[in-house]
Amino acid sequence: MTYTAGIDIGSTYTKVAIVKEDGAIVGRGMEPTGFKLVQAAERALARALDGAGLAREGLAYVVSTGFGRHQAGIGDAAVTDLTAAARGASHFFPNTRTILDVGGQTMKASRLGADSKVQSFRLNDKCAAGTGAFLEKTARYMGYGTEEIGPLVATSKAPVSISGVCAVFAESEVINQLSEGAAPSDIMHGAIVSLVDRSVQLMKRVRMEPEFTLVGGILRFERMIRVVESALGTSVNVLPGELVQYTAAFGAALLAQRRLRRLAEGATAHAG
Amino acid sequence: MAYAAGVDVGSTQTKAVLIDETRRIVGRALTDTGANVMRAAETAFQQALADGGVPEEEVEFVVGTGYGRYKVTFGNTQVTEISCHARGAVQLFPRTRTVLDMGGQDTKAIRVHPSGEIVDFCMNDKCAAGTGRFLGAAAVALDLPLVELGPTALRGERAVRISTTCTVFAESEVLSWLGKGKKIEDILLGVHESIAARSIGLLRRVGIEEEVTFTGGVTKNQAMVETLNKRLGLRVNVSDEAHYIGALGAALFALERIVTARAPAPAKGIA
Repeated sequence: MTYTAGIDIGSTYTKVAIVKEDGAIVGRGMEPTGFKLVQAAERALARALDGAGLAREGLAYVVSTGFGRHQAGIGDAAVTDLTAAARGASHFFPNTRTILDVGGQTMKASRLGADSKVQSFRLNDKCAAGTGAFLEKTARYMGYGTEEIGPLVATSKAPVSISGVCAVFAESEVINQLSEGAAPSDIMHGAIVSLVDRSVQLMKRVRMEPEFTLVGGILRFERMIRVVESALGTSVNVLPGELVQYTAAFGAALLAQRRLRRLAEGATAHAG
Repeated sequence: MAYAAGVDVGSTQTKAVLIDETRRIVGRALTDTGANVMRAAETAFQQALADGGVPEEEVEFVVGTGYGRYKVTFGNTQVTEISCHARGAVQLFPRTRTVLDMGGQDTKAIRVHPSGEIVDFCMNDKCAAGTGRFLGAAAVALDLPLVELGPTALRGERAVRISTTCTVFAESEVLSWLGKGKKIEDILLGVHESIAARSIGLLRRVGIEEEVTFTGGVTKNQAMVETLNKRLGLRVNVSDEAHYIGALGAALFALERIVTARAPAPAKGIA
């Protein structure tokens, strides 16, 4: 059996997925990225190996991805996070044509061709509005932690309008809304609506087409998916459960498998 | 004696200034704006009255300005903060042609005509990059009080180049430089350079003409003043009253109203 790993070093979390030849996931691990990227990657990898019951030597090939892939310099090869996410998303949903990836400090939209390769993409990594940081800041202004966002927003009845132009200026907006009696859950819901508006703008710029697959850590907030669906007027694909955060790591592991097959084919051809 | 008042309700702080008929400042006060904007306006006004020892009934006209100017419920009228900053800056430095106002949540560049009229202005109010908040974020990240930022940056020798635009991301960038062993002094110098570069970009859009007057809360930060001077290649005017310039401008507009109201009405035609 040949095992490969994908390491996705994101701005906020580092995710590792280990797969078998048939693409089945046998282990995964996640760690906050922090400022020591190599350590974060090593820890997430150790966790995934542990889950798979494998030793480091049991991995035939490791592909890294994510913003920290070059700085960490870990693995046998590196691919962009767009490529990795496209591979991971189309493994589960082969008809994916548009991917929206909302991470802790970035938002990316990409359009795939019928061959599941990335044809065009747009990204926002200059401004925190339109990224997970916007929701985290909004929650923090109201005294909630990141993990409380999901349960909080689940109780919202209707969104309060939040302009969402700047994650810093959102503070005074949130304070004003609170002082006028708005519920924190509805303010959080409003922040999600404004974030989704931005994501739709980004997807329009890559000339979005169905099917849509959403990836990234932000999607662990169920409400986010419903708001995107209502903004697009269509249903969207989301990887099951916690896997949604591992899409790019999983895609990188699958690309590692493909790389191994190609290397093997090359070796056979040479031998022949 | 008649007095005029200006109340500048800013995003972070509310300022009130009282002037007499000779345009002399007789009372001033500053309070945090907080969530109750109306109360902040009232508090600043009352404190300015107490500071000047002026009874409220002797204040004939009150002008509100700043983003919360419509919450100055006791005010007689409102004037935009752009007009008030230009008016206040020209009062303190009559040769002012360009004003840079750096506040807690916005930065404004204003070009004024010798008459005090506004020729052009430009604002950074959609994004916190290049405003006082960028300094605030650095202070939080480095766990330093705001007043320490300037003096610390002045000890810097080699500014660290801050690459992020967004104030939120700057917080993590500052920490990552610290993690890489850069000195706090050099990181902070870099933060000041980055804000100065953004505000000079704003100034260029209205055209930089001497003299340049620097106003707003950030003028208290000597490192920002020096960084601007160095990058602009001139010396910006800074007043001890820099915090109060918007409120002073509002008070001057209020005084004009008092004077106009007193002027004899033009003779009516014979009925």
